[in-house]
Order: sequence, then C-alpha cells, then structure tokens
Amino acid sequence: MTFSPELEAKFEKLLRSYPPGRQRSALIPMLMFAQDEVGSVTPEVIAEIAARIGISELQVREVLSYYSMLHTKPMGKYHIQVCTNISCLLTGGEEIWEQARKKLGCGHKEVTADGQFSLEEVECIGACSWAPAIQVNYDFHHNVTPEKFNALIDSLRKLH
Amino acid sequence: MLYNEPSPLEVKVLSRRFGLPDSQSINTYLAHEGYQAFRKAAAMTPDDIINEVKISSLRGRGGAGFPTGMKWSFVPRNSPKPKYIVVNADESEPGTCKDRLLMEYDPHQLIEGMMIAGLAVDAHTGYIYIRGEYRYLINLMDRAIAEAYERGYLGKNIQGTGFDFDVYTHTGAGAYECGEESALLESLEGKRGIPRIRPPFPAVSGAFQCPTVLNNVETYCAVPAIIRDGGAAFAALGTPKNGGTRLFCLSGHVNRPGVYELPMGFNLLRMINEVGGGVRGGKKLKAVIPGGSSCPVLKAEECDLAMDFDTVAQAKSMLGSGGVVVMDEDTCMVKAALRIMKFYAHESCGWCIPCREGTIWLRKLLDRFHAGFGQQGDIPLIGEVAKNMLGRTFCPLGDAAAMPTISFVEKFYDEFEAHLDGKPCPYEEVNRFALA
Ligand SMILES: Cc1cc2nc3c(=O)[nH]c(=O)nc-3n(C[C@H](O)[C@H](O)[C@H](O)COP(=O)(O)O)c2cc1C
Ligand code: FES
Repeated sequence: MTFSPELEAKFEKLLRSYPPGRQRSALIPMLMFAQDEVGSVTPEVIAEIAARIGISELQVREVLSYYSMLHTKPMGKYHIQVCTNISCLLTGGEEIWEQARKKLGCGHKEVTADGQFSLEEVECIGACSWAPAIQVNYDFHHNVTPEKFNALIDSLRKLH
Repeated sequence: MLYNEPSPLEVKVLSRRFGLPDSQSINTYLAHEGYQAFRKAAAMTPDDIINEVKISSLRGRGGAGFPTGMKWSFVPRNSPKPKYIVVNADESEPGTCKDRLLMEYDPHQLIEGMMIAGLAVDAHTGYIYIRGEYRYLINLMDRAIAEAYERGYLGKNIQGTGFDFDVYTHTGAGAYECGEESALLESLEGKRGIPRIRPPFPAVSGAFQCPTVLNNVETYCAVPAIIRDGGAAFAALGTPKNGGTRLFCLSGHVNRPGVYELPMGFNLLRMINEVGGGVRGGKKLKAVIPGGSSCPVLKAEECDLAMDFDTVAQAKSMLGSGGVVVMDEDTCMVKAALRIMKFYAHESCGWCIPCREGTIWLRKLLDRFHAGFGQQGDIPLIGEVAKNMLGRTFCPLGDAAAMPTISFVEKFYDEFEAHLDGKPCPYEEVNRFALA
C-alpha cells in the first residue's frame, strides 16, 4: 500500500522521532494521519502500518480499539462532533445536540445516507470558556447557537 | 484575535505576548525577551536552575499541584540512561481550555521552558504529547519547532552553548486517561493508555523506562519567566507555597466566560463577579466546580476563598487544572452529577475493576434518579458506591469520578430528594421556560 508523498514524508519523520528500537511509538500518530488520508483505518492500513513498524496486526488492532478518534469504518466527509460535557451542558450543548440530530437526520456515530455528514456526541474538546462548542473534523466552532449550527450545515451542503 | 476580551484585573506573565501581531513567530518571541532565559540558564549549574524553580514555589498546573522544582530534583542525574522531557498537552479535564492558548499564541515559550528543564536534568530530547483533537496545534507546534531549528534554537550546540536539544510533537487519539502521566507514557510508546504501577515514578523510570520530567504545558511555560526575572519575583505574585499566576478558565453561567491569568490566591467570588462579570441573567450563584470536573463542588456560600492549592484543599476541594465551572440557581445538580459521571464511565480505561464497574453503576444510578425512578435508598447508595472506589485504583481516575459525586450528594441532598417518587426534574420546566 502506498500513501501520498506528504504522508510518506510524515511517516518517515515519525519513524525517526523515537529512540532506536522504539519505532512502535510512531503507531498512534501513523494511524491518525493514515486515517485522515484514507478515511478510516482499513484492514490494508492496519497490515501496512504493522509491517512498517514490525509488529503484528493484532498488536495494532489492540491499540486501535482503545482510542475514540480511531475508527475502522468511514465517517462522513464532515464529521460533526458536539460536546455536551459540563460547561457545554450549562450553556446549551444539549440543545445543539438535539438540533444536530434533527438537522442531519442521523444519530450518535451515524453517517447520513449521502455520506456527507456524520455525527458524534463527544466529551470535552477544550473549548469550555467558549461553550457550547463543536468540531467539524478538526475545526473548532465556538459559542454555537441552533441558528449558527443550521447556517454552518447549510453552507457545508452548498459546497458540493 | 483573542478568544475573549482580557480583564483589567489580569496579571500577565505567561500570557504577556498573547494578542501581539504574529505572536507565534520566533521573531516576535525574540523581540519580546524570547530565549533570554535559556541563555541565562545555560550559564547556570543544574542545581541553581532547580533551586530557582524551587524558590518560585511553582506547582504543577496539570491538576495535582506538585512542587515542580522538587519533581525535577528527583531525576537521577548521574544515571547512564538518556533522560527525557515530556509535555502533557492532553488537556482533557472538562472545564479546562488554557494549554490550547499557551500553544496557540506563544509556542516558543513552551519550547524554551522544555529546554531549561533539559538543562536542569541533563535531558536532550523532548516530546509534546498533544491530544488528537488539537490537530491545528500539532501543525502549529511543528512549524514553531522547525523555525527554532532554522534559527539555531534547537538542534546541536544551541547558540554556541554546547547544549543539544531536540523536540518532537506526538498526537494522541482521543482518550482522557492518556492525560494521566503513566498512561500517557504508555500511549507515547504506542500502546493502550493504561496506567503503570508506581513507584517507580516517571522521574526515575518514565518514557522508554528512562528518567523523565513530565509536566503540564502551563508548568513549562512558567519556567522562562522564573529564570529571567528570578524565582523570588514569581513567588511574590502568589501566596505562600503557591507561586505565580495561573490561567483560570471561567465557564458556565457567567457573563464573561474566558481564560484569564490571575495571581494565585485570587478570591473566587471576585473572579466570578469582577473578572467574569457576575452570574448570567442576574441570577443567583448556586455552586462552583473550582478546578475541572474531578474536583468536589463548592456551594455558593463556600466560594469566598483564595484560589490557591492549599486554601481550596482546606475547603475540601481542589484547585485542579484551573477550570472554574459556574452554576446558577436553576442548575439541576442531579443532572450535573449525571453528566460528569457519564464522562468518567466513558473514559475509564477499564484496567481497575472498582473504577470500571463503579463508574458504570454510578452512571446508571444517577440516570435512573434523574429520570424520576430513584428510590430513597439510592441516595446513600450513590455515596456508598463512590466511597468504595476511593483509593482502590492504580491511577486517580477512580478518585476523580468518586470525589465530585460524593460532594454532589452530600451538599445537595435535598435536590436528590426532590427527584424521588417519579417526580419530574424540578428544573426541567424552569430551563425550558428560559430557553423559549
Ligand atoms: C485521569 C487523569 C487525567 C489527567 N489529565 C491531565 C491532562 O489532561 N493534562 C495534564 O497536564 N495533567 C493531567 N493529569 C495529571 C497528570 O497525571 C500529571 O500529574 C501532570 O501532567 C503532571 O504535571 P504537573 O506537575 O506540571 O501538573 C491527569 C491525571 C489523571 C489522573
Ligand atoms: S465542556 Fe464542552 S468543550 Fe469543555
């Protein structure tokens, strides 16, 4: 399996970033960056990364299943993550969550039929002072209101 | 652009460069005293550096408040093994959003703090473990690191001092437990984030089983100011044994939520009323979580206190990570306790049974309670289950889940009683009305 030249360069750097004999340290970053490019951690990705690091596929899967940001099935093109933890709860995060379910017509960890959106209720994303907050892929949106949320989704829909 | 307006009551030490044009660049950093502390430290002995940090009475900003200078002194300097500097940038304690700003606005301050720690313990490699959700900060830190290499502030023989230092970023992938120091080290080694048995502590056996200094982002960021202006000057900003300032993250029901740098020991009520502009909508204050969701809740009448580690501990809570969560009179405390427990049940790594099972039982109990199916006996049961988790786990996540729960039940017993016998949550109506 080959990746883009940028990702190959990244992998090459990662494998040099840890002490000799400690290449396994690169595992989680490699999985994260590969997922971003491929869309999910596919069996091929698992096999390839296991081979490059020199560990078994089982060892990769063992690690993979622990981390909530790593997934083996593709999410939507826009992965909408709504925080409902304490600071967001106090400032309307639950309303945003309800709004998101209605607007997108899908639930927690589900993908819309056209594959454009997926939704996840997440734990604190480190935006508590600007709550309620959501992330669309890696982008933060602060002080979200149901109106702002609708406008955001509409603008993303228009992009294609 | 800043995320929130600064407050005139702030004392800006770590955040002094926030908001400067192009504050992320090494040029801005160098033009504003950047890397001067490194030059000064390079001419000091390791003992003198550690001593200066001890004098500053800097305490860890990640949660536990352990004295930083003392932690550094535990590293066996004559060990033949390589030593490592590890930055905890996992920032995932609910209510906490400050390390993000320190990296976003002033990445070189963090790099300089790591270098000085390296000088102090003879370490030449540093890793910044950044939570996966903060991808933009991984990119940003990578750019800052590249800039530092280009300008000779990282790499071999830095600025002719003979000191070598390399820094790498490392991304997490979504796990609160990986903020716990020993689980973080497991994750750094490419494994599941499960805590290690201690002792040995990371200072003796940390990253790659080598001596390691592991501190929070903000802790390292305080170090350049301490070396530059002296430990005594930093100490004088705070209260005894609680040196300096810290970035408090005000959130919840305040008029002006935001991250504010205030002296240690700043009064909590003043923070809410004068820095935060008071409780939203002119409502009454009901409760405050003073240091992130792991800390026992304080009732409004307990909030007239100095925000330093020791005073908050005397009030039987914790200063924690600096996340100050403010709750007004219409907040349902059962619901707040439930949401917090839902978090711990989700994030328990499953290694220790009291934590894995306890958090799930508590979540179920609280869920049933809030839904109106609670029974009288459930109220003490919630407290019982929580108390049986305390001190019975490898890492403090179990305690972090149990302690706030115990406080919610003890301090707001009447609210739990108000949910008994199938009664609907008394606050749902109020809040529905408020939203309409
Ligand atoms: C469950 C759990 C989560 C933690 N999360 C973080 C975190 O996100 N960031 C952090 O700096 N410390 C966190 N800590 C505290 C670390 O274990 C450690 O004490 C800290 O990073 C040490 O740095 P300091 O002395 O500078 O505070 C956590 C602790 C526990 C038990
Ligand atoms: S609680 Fe939602 S971002 Fe922290």
